[in-house]
Amino acid sequence: MEEATKARQAAVELTDLDTLEAESVHVIREVVAEFENPVMLFSGGKDSVLMLHLARKAFAPAPVPFPIMHVDTGHNFPEVIEFRDRVVAEHGLRLEVASLQELIDAGRIKVGHELESRNRHQTVALLEAIQTGGYDAVFGGGRRDEEKARAKERVFSFRDGFGQWDPKNQRPELWNLYNGRHKKGEHIRVFPISDWTELDVWRYLAREQVDLPPIYFAHERDVVNVEGLLMAVNEFFPLPEGAEVERLMVRYRTVGDATATGAVRSEATHYEAVIEETAATRITERGATRGDDRFSEAAMEDRKKEGYF
Amino acid sequence: MASSELLRIATAGSVDDGKSTLIGRLLHDTKAIFEDQLESIELTSQKRGNEQTDLALLTDGLRAEREQGITIDVAHRYFATPKRKFVIADTPGHIQYTRNMVTGASNANLALLLVDARKGVLEQTRRHALLSSLLRVPHLVLCVNKMDLVDYSEAVFDEIREEFTAFAAKLDITDLGFVPISALEGDNVVERSQNMPWFDGQPLLGQLEDVHIASDRNLVDNRFPVQYVIRPQSSEYRDYRGFAGTVAGGIFKQGDEVMVLPSRRQSRIAQIDTPNGSVAQAFPPMAATLLLEDEIDISRGDMICRPTNQPTANRRFEAMVCWFDETSSLRTDAPYMLKQTTRWVPVEVEALRYLLDVDTLHRDLEAETLDVNDIGRISVHASSPLFFDEYRLNRNTGSFILVDPTTNLTVAAGMIIAAGGDPATGEIVAQDITFHPSKLSQEERWSALGTGGATIWLTGLSGSGKSTIATAVEHSLVSGGRSAFMLDGDNLRHGINSNLGFSPEDRAENVRRTGEIAKILAEAGNVAIVSLVSPYRGDRDRVRAIHEGAGIPFYEVHVDTPLEVCEERDPKGLYAKARAGEITDLTGIGSPYEEPPAPELVPDADLETAVRQVIGLLG
Repeated sequence: MEEATKARQAAVELTDLDTLEAESVHVIREVVAEFENPVMLFSGGKDSVLMLHLARKAFAPAPVPFPIMHVDTGHNFPEVIEFRDRVVAEHGLRLEVASLQELIDAGRIKVGHELESRNRHQTVALLEAIQTGGYDAVFGGGRRDEEKARAKERVFSFRDGFGQWDPKNQRPELWNLYNGRHKKGEHIRVFPISDWTELDVWRYLAREQVDLPPIYFAHERDVVNVEGLLMAVNEFFPLPEGAEVERLMVRYRTVGDATATGAVRSEATHYEAVIEETAATRITERGATRGDDRFSEAAMEDRKKEGYF
Repeated sequence: MASSELLRIATAGSVDDGKSTLIGRLLHDTKAIFEDQLESIELTSQKRGNEQTDLALLTDGLRAEREQGITIDVAHRYFATPKRKFVIADTPGHIQYTRNMVTGASNANLALLLVDARKGVLEQTRRHALLSSLLRVPHLVLCVNKMDLVDYSEAVFDEIREEFTAFAAKLDITDLGFVPISALEGDNVVERSQNMPWFDGQPLLGQLEDVHIASDRNLVDNRFPVQYVIRPQSSEYRDYRGFAGTVAGGIFKQGDEVMVLPSRRQSRIAQIDTPNGSVAQAFPPMAATLLLEDEIDISRGDMICRPTNQPTANRRFEAMVCWFDETSSLRTDAPYMLKQTTRWVPVEVEALRYLLDVDTLHRDLEAETLDVNDIGRISVHASSPLFFDEYRLNRNTGSFILVDPTTNLTVAAGMIIAAGGDPATGEIVAQDITFHPSKLSQEERWSALGTGGATIWLTGLSGSGKSTIATAVEHSLVSGGRSAFMLDGDNLRHGINSNLGFSPEDRAENVRRTGEIAKILAEAGNVAIVSLVSPYRGDRDRVRAIHEGAGIPFYEVHVDTPLEVCEERDPKGLYAKARAGEITDLTGIGSPYEEPPAPELVPDADLETAVRQVIGLLG
């Protein structure tokens, strides 16, 4: 009798990854049901790849019922742009590009020099694209395990008419009852993969054999060591004086502005090896690879308040 | 890595009882903390002159918190062992943040409470236990922390355990565990403590890994709130109509007979799709898509269940709520929007039964409102029936949030106790009202009639000319071939409202009844023209809400004739009587008139113009 009960229970249990998947799908469907004009940010990074994969599953066999938006800093890894275009073509998606370069060329954004990191300026392009497109919900691939300020972020993150986030004035979220009511001009940022950790993302992408940009897997690359960050030598990264170029096996843990995203040494050329490395790593992905988050302890909090993702 | 379960933990504790340190310890000892994070907090600890690395710094996220040295909101932390993935909703302990604890507990499988071994069970400990029980967190573990500061004394631990057990007996806590720990030293957190050989239970992490959560779900009562309808409209899937949602209760199997609420139409499950393909059965918390054998009109907010096991369908219910909003208090004279499962419904709070003192469990029956962090019992009246279960039977179908329609803020969270409380006494009336929707949809009816219904609501002082305008509008519409019907306040008081006087309560009921009748007339395809003083804003707003809830146009027309003019006209001699003191509660003299802040129309003083303006509203 007891064995039978156990067997029955075992059959109706979800694994942790299936639970995360179900919760994310619920959030994505809720947004599409309640908002008029959602859009999903897509950088080609693994988190946005995961988010898009979940969105496709949430509406299958129907197509994804909203466009995707790439905030293009102009400092891209060519592999990522190729990947983006391939995904768009393969799944018949609508792609909108919010181009920083266009804003810079138009004199709307002032940059110190051509090759400084443009991560900070993404906010301007993003807010402008949200306004122009009239989007009332914007999906982002932020995860709460990434960084302290993100740990307090809601799944539905309310933004005022200026796109600003007020950490003290966030709507409480209970059960799975999300309140997306808003006035015209306001919008909601939605983070459907809030509860996934870096390791969860890798385990799930591996399970589903989801295609990723090749730079996420170990490959040989010319890099220089800048204060512990392994920076790729390319058109966006001027060699610091006296820097020593090394050819190493590396991979990327995050994909951001090419001037500010560093690689890590790795031999992991396929999913299983990446998972092993991720399970064993002792440094956060942002600490290891993002020059821009290191500047101040409260760097992320400040950027979020301005409307950054 | 083997697949594992996900366990959600809500933590709570008083300031300084070491909660942040405990979480830091769990993260650290399960290797969920990275070197760069550790370096950063080591540096900060040194700067502050701390001897040891302050693990609490790991979880104190925002700048304001670091400055105040306290946690101010719900923060989520993640760690995993080979057995389970854990999500911690870390909530602050101090009194003003009850709402955060409630938020964290709403999804938790387990509540982790901390007490300081030196201080024992405090008011806050009791409050957190009560909230966990109110939110029906199935498991509770009490950590007696700082055992190192009481020489790892078994007697101290036993005393706290007994005191807390006695208190917990008054609450509804099904599974209660205890563990003596030192978060600072790591005793009994991950590893069994060498300092407390007398404790024969598992260390905390072991308890978290082994607690049985699979049977905490309701797997008996099948509930599937429809979230979204998937219709690919591609040649390949021309006939695909899938009802997507998250299973809220029970186990749905292919071939099962199902009933759809509110239409009460029946069919069978033809296919169950999930993100991972078709499956034979779906259970909570799966995201699934149900395909039925018959073509039934189903939309978001409908509930799929079994014909033999339906949720309660009722407009009225009793609930416990926690008030969240700092800027407003609970009002019984204003409409709210309620979200339950996938439905938004306009509601009003009919009564506050009592305010619960979370420290003494005392029920204050005299309380007039609920403010932020208050918990109380209310009676709710929804503009259309909700399909729900008692919260204690199903957390998914028994929970709701209240939203202020003006600010869009989530002002309260609620848990349904029972259906259909008597509006006056709160006693649960045995009733099994089933909502019988008309077989015709409003759209079908109106399109067959070639015209749609609407309500024109004329409000204003006695003698302002409401009835004159209403009569003229009715005449004009009817002679133009449109079905219109006037509801005059005075006339209704001779019939359906003959048992009502002029107290604010009776006036409210007068407006409510008239509003319901207008709505029915409009639903049937007529233009209902109401002429009623209806002096209170809240009463009128409620009528508007029931119309909006039913998708019927509602036009508030403020006949704004100055009091002097009304008094001069005095067609019924009421003003003269009021001035003579014969009647005391005439609107404008002894009783207030609350002007509509945003009426659809304030008509011109000229009758002909006014009639044209009112008819113009109908488009």
